[in-house]
Amino acid sequence: MKIAEKYMTAHTFTHLDALESESIHIMREVAAECKNPALLFSGGKDSIVMLRLAEKAFRPARFPFPLVHIDTEHNFPEVIAFRDKRAAELGERLIVRSLEDSIRKGTVVLKNALHSRNVFQSVTLLETIAEFGFDACMGGARRDEEKSRAKERIFSFRDEFGQWDPKNQRPELWDIYNTRVHPGENIRVFPISNWTEMDIWQYIEREQLEIPSIYFAHEREVIQRPGGIMPVSELVQPRAGEKVEIKTVRFRTVGDITCTCPVESVARNAREIIEETAITRITERGATRMDDQTSEASMELRKKEGYF
Amino acid sequence: MSKVTQLLRFITAGSVDDGKSTLIGRLLHDSKSIFEDQLSAISRTSAKRGMSAVDLSLLTDGLQAEREQGITIDVAYRYFATPKRKFIIGDTPGHEQYTRNMVTAASTANLVIILVDARKGVLVQTRRHTYLASLVGIPHVVLAVNKMDMVDYSEARFSEICAEYLDFAAQLGLTDVTCIPLSALMGDMLVERGNNLDWYQGTTLMNLLENIVIDHDVNTTDFRYPVQWVCRPQSDEFHDFRGFMGRIEAGEIAVGDEITVLPSGRCTKVKEIVSYDGSLQRAFAPQSVTLELEDEIDISRGDMFVRSENPPKVEKQFEAMLCWLSDIPLDKNRKYLVKHTTRTVKCFISDIKYVVNVNTLDQHGTATFNMNDIGRVAVKTQQPLVFDSYSVDRATGSFIMIDETTNNTVAAGMIA
Repeated sequence: MKIAEKYMTAHTFTHLDALESESIHIMREVAAECKNPALLFSGGKDSIVMLRLAEKAFRPARFPFPLVHIDTEHNFPEVIAFRDKRAAELGERLIVRSLEDSIRKGTVVLKNALHSRNVFQSVTLLETIAEFGFDACMGGARRDEEKSRAKERIFSFRDEFGQWDPKNQRPELWDIYNTRVHPGENIRVFPISNWTEMDIWQYIEREQLEIPSIYFAHEREVIQRPGGIMPVSELVQPRAGEKVEIKTVRFRTVGDITCTCPVESVARNAREIIEETAITRITERGATRMDDQTSEASMELRKKEGYF
Repeated sequence: MSKVTQLLRFITAGSVDDGKSTLIGRLLHDSKSIFEDQLSAISRTSAKRGMSAVDLSLLTDGLQAEREQGITIDVAYRYFATPKRKFIIGDTPGHEQYTRNMVTAASTANLVIILVDARKGVLVQTRRHTYLASLVGIPHVVLAVNKMDMVDYSEARFSEICAEYLDFAAQLGLTDVTCIPLSALMGDMLVERGNNLDWYQGTTLMNLLENIVIDHDVNTTDFRYPVQWVCRPQSDEFHDFRGFMGRIEAGEIAVGDEITVLPSGRCTKVKEIVSYDGSLQRAFAPQSVTLELEDEIDISRGDMFVRSENPPKVEKQFEAMLCWLSDIPLDKNRKYLVKHTTRTVKCFISDIKYVVNVNTLDQHGTATFNMNDIGRVAVKTQQPLVFDSYSVDRATGSFIMIDETTNNTVAAGMIA
């Protein structure tokens, strides 16, 4: 066992190395077996990690898939600017489809202008999948985010309506992935399923990944509401009796600006965020997403409707 | 290895009655992996159901259907970390479709915790779980003798259960088995030793999970590199670049090493090991890398690079242990697809040798396999596969079968 001894002493293969290698393997399986895949890129931290993993998987070649963003147009401007800058730096093709297109077509009907748009992203996503004929969409969802995601496969099969059937999932053994679909069906693939929020931050630090500034502590006008702190924006204004305060905050997740709450923080870099993450007592989505608090099954219901 | 936090994947086997959820709940709780909002959500649900205490099993019941019916229907993955290690728990329900779910979760596990109730001892299901663990080749087994508080922390009772279990485990060829007496409810021997089991000199469960050496689980001697994807940038800068991308499934490789490409049998040398972070002198399992070769040989996805010594088999027929996963039974007259490493070919089952009764381990003849059946079969493939025995290398000895009509994964196989 000479080689084994060398293996033990010469290499330090960390948990991040193990997760990275697994994710690269998954992305290459998608590229090799799916006819027309895409990578969903929002400019958020998880999808920024996905882009680095794609670089590691496919360089020195270009990515064998385009980047796709389903834009709610309820955005943080810093994130959209970052999205465009990053895609340009990488020299990769970025496809943006907007919820506004679906609203104009009449396939999305909002109750009012301030209605959260996260839930309707599914509609625009399914329309985009149909428009380009994607048979696989890679997303940066993680199993530690939420209870229904904890039970979803890495290769998650969706029927013609984009629906997830949790009771009828394909068994997933070892790392042999079944990527086969009939025309019209597709697969959502989650290469970072096994990463946690902490792993993401440790990887951002290790790889020195640039991320949008709103992930770091900054002063912001906010309103304290029962579900959390709301950032003041064009779309979120104080109601009667509410007070606008200035607080030092950062965002743990970035989504629709009308339902994404920041947390109070003084962390100004990845290292300090890792320290805060190590001692936090609230889950990532629990602290920051109003839309997940609607009911205990919110995410599961959205996934059944085609959400990723 | 001072600052290295490794990854350990483990599963727990046992029914709710054995205190499985309580055990997971306590590991998560004592390692501070349960968050306040999760705790308050399950407290509300526990109260709604009229329970007096918080039911930690609710943490793992993810789906609406499960919450409504109070059951668990699938494999759920949970994550926690201590300063020493990061853990992934594959949590499987203890009843219906158990074989299918346990085999699925076990396929990626380094370690299994088999729970028994100290009052009941080794039961039929304990034997079933242990058999499945040995079949899937989980290298490390922990027998957690739970509810020691219910047998007055009796050393004699613990010794009796261990003796019976170790005898059974030895019959199955399991070599690394650790028995731990504990009480998940009271917290004895999980994270803390407690004051009730002073006669026990061995490790706590958490200490074992944090320190068990798993590096030897990877086959480090036989180099195995299934080609996943051929990289041809066709850009000005990389005009002649031809990189073979994949993950090293076993062994290691260095620049200048001679390799054989299978199934063609052509030989060449490694010119460069390319990675995004720069060229490497050597690489090892389970790294994902890109190899450039000295000679231009026709190579595509599904081929495997190996060293010239210790070659795997290259054949169109083999025997395997098969676990049937589909509610549509095996049809011996039909062709299926077999996906093995990065190669997918047509196959059929040419013979069923026997099916195993997972409760008694008796073998008997059968005409077909139904869901959850496990047994030995002979497989014929249209094209040759490049494989090892599963006991030598999990990665090159495992395969799945796919029904081309439904595209469902219908079986999992382990090559004999």
